[in-house]
Amino acid sequence: MSTTSTRAAARLMVAPSVILLFIWMLVPLVMTVYFSFRLYRLLSPDRTGWVGFNNYAWFFHSPDFWTAVINTLLLVGGVLIITVVLGILIALLIDQPIWGQGPLRILVISPFFVMPPVAASIWENLFMHPQNGLLAAISQGLGYRPILYLEAYPMASVIFITAWEWLPFATLILLTALQSMSSEQLEAAEMDGASALSRFRYLLLPHLSRAITVVILIQTIFLLGIFGEIFTTTQGGPGNASTTLPYMIYKQALIAKDIGRAAAGGMIAVILANIVAVFLMRGIGKHLDA
Amino acid sequence: MARAVTTKRKIIYTAAAWAVGLIIFFPVLWTILTSFKTEASAVATPPEFLSADWTLQNYADVWARSDYPRFFWNSVVIAFGSTLLGLVIAIPAAWSMAFVPGKRTKDLLMWMLSTKMMPAVGVLIPMYLLFQRTGLFDTRIGLILALMLMNLPIIVWMLYTYFKEIPGEILEAARMDGASLRNEIIHVLTPMALPGIASTMLLNIILAWNESFWTITLTTTDAAPLSAFIASFSAPQGLFYAKLSAASTMAIAPILILGWFSQKQLVRGLTFGAVK
Repeated sequence: MSTTSTRAAARLMVAPSVILLFIWMLVPLVMTVYFSFRLYRLLSPDRTGWVGFNNYAWFFHSPDFWTAVINTLLLVGGVLIITVVLGILIALLIDQPIWGQGPLRILVISPFFVMPPVAASIWENLFMHPQNGLLAAISQGLGYRPILYLEAYPMASVIFITAWEWLPFATLILLTALQSMSSEQLEAAEMDGASALSRFRYLLLPHLSRAITVVILIQTIFLLGIFGEIFTTTQGGPGNASTTLPYMIYKQALIAKDIGRAAAGGMIAVILANIVAVFLMRGIGKHLDA
Repeated sequence: MARAVTTKRKIIYTAAAWAVGLIIFFPVLWTILTSFKTEASAVATPPEFLSADWTLQNYADVWARSDYPRFFWNSVVIAFGSTLLGLVIAIPAAWSMAFVPGKRTKDLLMWMLSTKMMPAVGVLIPMYLLFQRTGLFDTRIGLILALMLMNLPIIVWMLYTYFKEIPGEILEAARMDGASLRNEIIHVLTPMALPGIASTMLLNIILAWNESFWTITLTTTDAAPLSAFIASFSAPQGLFYAKLSAASTMAIAPILILGWFSQKQLVRGLTFGAVK
């Protein structure tokens, strides 16, 4: 069916999407590159000029920078590990013959529908608040002092909140994959005396590999840009303890009002995202037969 | 994986699975419960579950203090507008990738997805300036365009995986019967792909509804949707827990209900066709 005219028509039809995405990506990127080499502070708008790599140098020398890079990777990695591991366990549990699987799926998917600022503010105020939060009440009920979650363990708290938002996504994709597994194969393995662990290792895990790939790929895309959860809860603090790269850029742009430095940070974030993307596409892209 | 099990095992599994489900759901439930308590009851120690003073006053207060219908309507227009516009642009692209694949189709799809890896905050300033200059700042059309472009890679990818499952012979038969390309897409492809298009639409409405970076940074008042509405309530002042919960419930309820009714199609769509 690939006559020349069909091919031409096909290219024509794919063109709007490609051109629009290209512009959407390129225009801001070119502007960011331009700003990143300029002195451009909103508080002193008269002083402008080219500054070479000064903005980049500032970022690399900033004491916050490596903390921010590590926090960004911790956030992505931590949430991925929690959601994939717990997601597999919960999916295995729900996949057992149980009553009310339908309503249960509705309960489990619910956090996915909660917008990030609401999710963050629920956890911050109703649960993690040291005086009025439910977790504080539980601690006191058990005779312990309330834990200052967001002050003492800011990064762990942010990872926890984000993992709560993404756990439903991982669980339901893994559950869908489990439900397509043939029970004969598992029963045969069980009859042959394969232990539960080896059934999991040699039958279930290979079957789930595509689903795990999808979970990692999609989540990473969203996790690299996590901003709202930190903005609502810790504001990157205390100090720089929960500052990620996106949050550090935000602080330069809107609090320090230094557009040049923020742009340099933006370029660094784009490069970091691309490094992660290359690893991802190389490592797991082959599992997706696109 | 249905296997014959004893009733006793079924009871144990059911109890365990529901316990886990309730823990995951609990924060949402607690927020909804708190929204119906008085402020004093909301912060009582020990926490009040069933003995609380129930009231609808919080909803009345939030309604009176803010222009909820306007935020709600902006959310609806932006979520549906960006999704529909995205579908119009993505359907032809996904069609041609699925039925007339070239050597670079896979690379193109990966490139599209990779555009989403760029952290939004990295291009915040250029976007802000562009929106200001072009008059798109704080307009619904501006946000529709931004969210459409943000989600376009996902729309194209999802549609592509659905279209690929449609046997090409059917399209060829239609072409033999003299159907034009336009007719082929409208009368043959679209009806067959309707469930896939519906899943794609649902997921994108939810993503657009919950998007809260561009919607907050590129609006002030006129075009501000519910994500901005909730941001305006997060400044703690005095007794505000119950009101915050009421506002939160009002912001998430529409999409929560839509999601509950459509979760089957949604989960199918979320897997990007990679999980059968």
